[in-house]
Amino acid sequence: MRLKPIPGVSTEASSDLPVLLPYDAKKGAVPDSMLFTRWLANMPPWTPLVIFAVILLWPLTAHAAYSYGEAMDALWRWMPFLVLHGFSFNVLISFLAMVIGTALGAVLGLAQISLNPTTRRFAWFTTQLFRNSPWLVLLFIVLLAFPFEIQIGGVIIPIPDWMKAVFGLSLPIMANISEVVRGAIQSVPTAQWEASEALAFSRQQTLWQIILPQCAKRMIPPWMNWYAILTMATPLCSLLGVEEIITLSRQAMESEDNHPELLVPFFGFALLIFFAYCYPIARWTIALERRFAVKL
Amino acid sequence: MIEAFQQFFIDLAAAAPRWNFVFFHQEREFNRVVTGILVTLQLSFFCVILSMVIGVVGAWLQGSSSKFVRYFVQGYIQFFRNTPPLVQLLFFYFALGQFTPTYSPDGWLEIPIVSNVGWAIISLSFFAGAFNVEIFRAGIEAVPQSTQEASEALGFSRLQTYIYTVFPLAFRVSLPALNNNLVNLVKTTTQAFAIAVPELLYQSVTIWNDYPSALYPTMLLLFVVYIILVGILVLSMHRWERSMRIPGYGI
Amino acid sequence: MTWTTDQPIISIKDVHKSFGSLEVLKGISIDVMKGEVICIIGPSGSGKSTLIRCINALNDIQAGSITVEGQEVHAAKLDKLALRKKVGMVFQQYNLFPHKTALENVMMAPLKVLKEGKTEVEALARALIRKVRLEGKEDSYPGELSGGQQQRVAIARSLAMRPDVMLFDEVTAALDPETVKEVLVTIKDLASEGMTCILVTHEMGFAREIADHIYFTDRGVIVEHGPPATFFTDAKDPRTQEFLSQIL
Repeated sequence: MRLKPIPGVSTEASSDLPVLLPYDAKKGAVPDSMLFTRWLANMPPWTPLVIFAVILLWPLTAHAAYSYGEAMDALWRWMPFLVLHGFSFNVLISFLAMVIGTALGAVLGLAQISLNPTTRRFAWFTTQLFRNSPWLVLLFIVLLAFPFEIQIGGVIIPIPDWMKAVFGLSLPIMANISEVVRGAIQSVPTAQWEASEALAFSRQQTLWQIILPQCAKRMIPPWMNWYAILTMATPLCSLLGVEEIITLSRQAMESEDNHPELLVPFFGFALLIFFAYCYPIARWTIALERRFAVKL
Repeated sequence: MIEAFQQFFIDLAAAAPRWNFVFFHQEREFNRVVTGILVTLQLSFFCVILSMVIGVVGAWLQGSSSKFVRYFVQGYIQFFRNTPPLVQLLFFYFALGQFTPTYSPDGWLEIPIVSNVGWAIISLSFFAGAFNVEIFRAGIEAVPQSTQEASEALGFSRLQTYIYTVFPLAFRVSLPALNNNLVNLVKTTTQAFAIAVPELLYQSVTIWNDYPSALYPTMLLLFVVYIILVGILVLSMHRWERSMRIPGYGI
Repeated sequence: MTWTTDQPIISIKDVHKSFGSLEVLKGISIDVMKGEVICIIGPSGSGKSTLIRCINALNDIQAGSITVEGQEVHAAKLDKLALRKKVGMVFQQYNLFPHKTALENVMMAPLKVLKEGKTEVEALARALIRKVRLEGKEDSYPGELSGGQQQRVAIARSLAMRPDVMLFDEVTAALDPETVKEVLVTIKDLASEGMTCILVTHEMGFAREIADHIYFTDRGVIVEHGPPATFFTDAKDPRTQEFLSQIL
């Protein structure tokens, strides 16, 4: 539980001077974990059209040996495959990683406000460790350090690489969700804890019946924000050979004889499809955030 | 002394075959680790500097009176923030890389004038720079109009007002956000792995490919180095923040 | 046209100013002679602050003219630097640079704008800080000073440009009652040394004591003006009477 703030000592020094206005993170700066979603939602809806135009026009500037029509044909031929086998796999990875990361993160976040100092310190350390490690390093470590099969009572269950990738991506999500949970719980005024304590609620009861219902809504927008970031990170799995959209795009380009003219349309298509998927989520997140902000 | 140190790890590898700290007793592997750390530091250093320059200039341009300039900066921000940095790296290195001029030192080889390290620095700096523009812009908006007017009333020009009044204040306000973004940038440098930049992750992968027994020690090393790197960055940024704190104000 | 001291140092003629469709100044004319102290009073929103901001070209005007020492302020090719060397301004919220010490605040404009030498500027700045009675506070940051002290530093900062005219925009409005006096004393010192001053103020007692001429504005026009001796006792216009009855 947080210490009761003492005005002027533990709270910020106040000043009646208009020297500096409050730093407006809402307009899209980093301190705020919602940054990514916010700018994505603020993006004009015509952005995909621009990206698409670039994809269409790029091969025009390329050398004549491999023509515009051919490059577009190739992309057109591969598109269903890239979407159905590539991008849908990215979505699946992001879903599973989000589910695992959220479950672990919620536990870790609650552990961060535990009354037991050892639990609290352990949770804090785990959170910081996975928040501050590069995602790619975590992915590699999970991929290599985990067994490729497990044996449960004589049954051998193979663990494919993509499942390890899911777990690897869920680790940083876990750490960040842990921070979201801790932040949301601590954003409930201390007076609420004291009021419940005065009404003879136990700590568990206070947490589950008073505090969490109040801050659950507050956690939804940052949670969705992390989902969007996670989705944007799924191409990292291609470095581990997981057959998601970037891996398949490269394979597709190889089977089209690796013409350099293909690079821009294929990678551009990848950008476009990520945008098309994340943009509505971002808009929705911002709308939710706004709605909850009024009520709280 | 050094030999005893090496011998200790050779003995350890013999006793515990999964804990072969190969880079502590093999010179080649040791050099790989050192090169990896140096390249990571180099990448981080240049990207931090360049992205901050991009941020400062971009934030200044965003206050420009020309609509065209403002739209251009906005377009840059939207593009670089909306795409996964990994795809940006691939795009820069493979798609744009094919158009870079080459030079030929011996008449046979054709070496592009921008190396993969160069592309990684450019791509990552533009990526983090897009965030920095927004960070500094929010900082500039936190400086009240009246403070700018006061310097204007003293005869400062727009540029002088920006240099002496607005930016020093905006920078202080922006520091915590900048801090976060730079930590993120250092973490993102690992993705330069995708274009074979010999940074620490790349070197680590080479090491454990050559010595499967060195897998766990190398992972441990990776963790330790990144935690230290991020720790140093965070500590020095905090120190900087403190040293720039204005007496009498909450920031 | 060259300006001589027998002409008004500031001449405001039929100035109109609107923000969008809101007309704030509807034809204001004031002449100020060198060494005069002018107080502008009136209810909030009557355009007083806008008027003096127009003198310093912080706001532009739609019609009319403002000249300072014979120079048109709202000419297309205004030399803003020359204008601001002549006209100093002090704001309600002091607007000191919070990241600089009191001394640095005072030194900054002469150093960076006038590009004068550091030793002379420092000597000047120290003298000015003494003048506003803040010896010993040279190395304090604005956040460490009281409102009245900050406002006096702001006055010293303006004086460092050695202006011919000083504009004071409700400089005591944001201060505690106890510290108002120390700022007023500073302004009085200035006025008694012959500095031309234009003040927008709510301090009627002070206006009466210090002003050579008082202007009462309401809804963008000058309703009434006169020397303080007659202004406060024989106000003719009912609007002025009402305002004075509320405030005195």
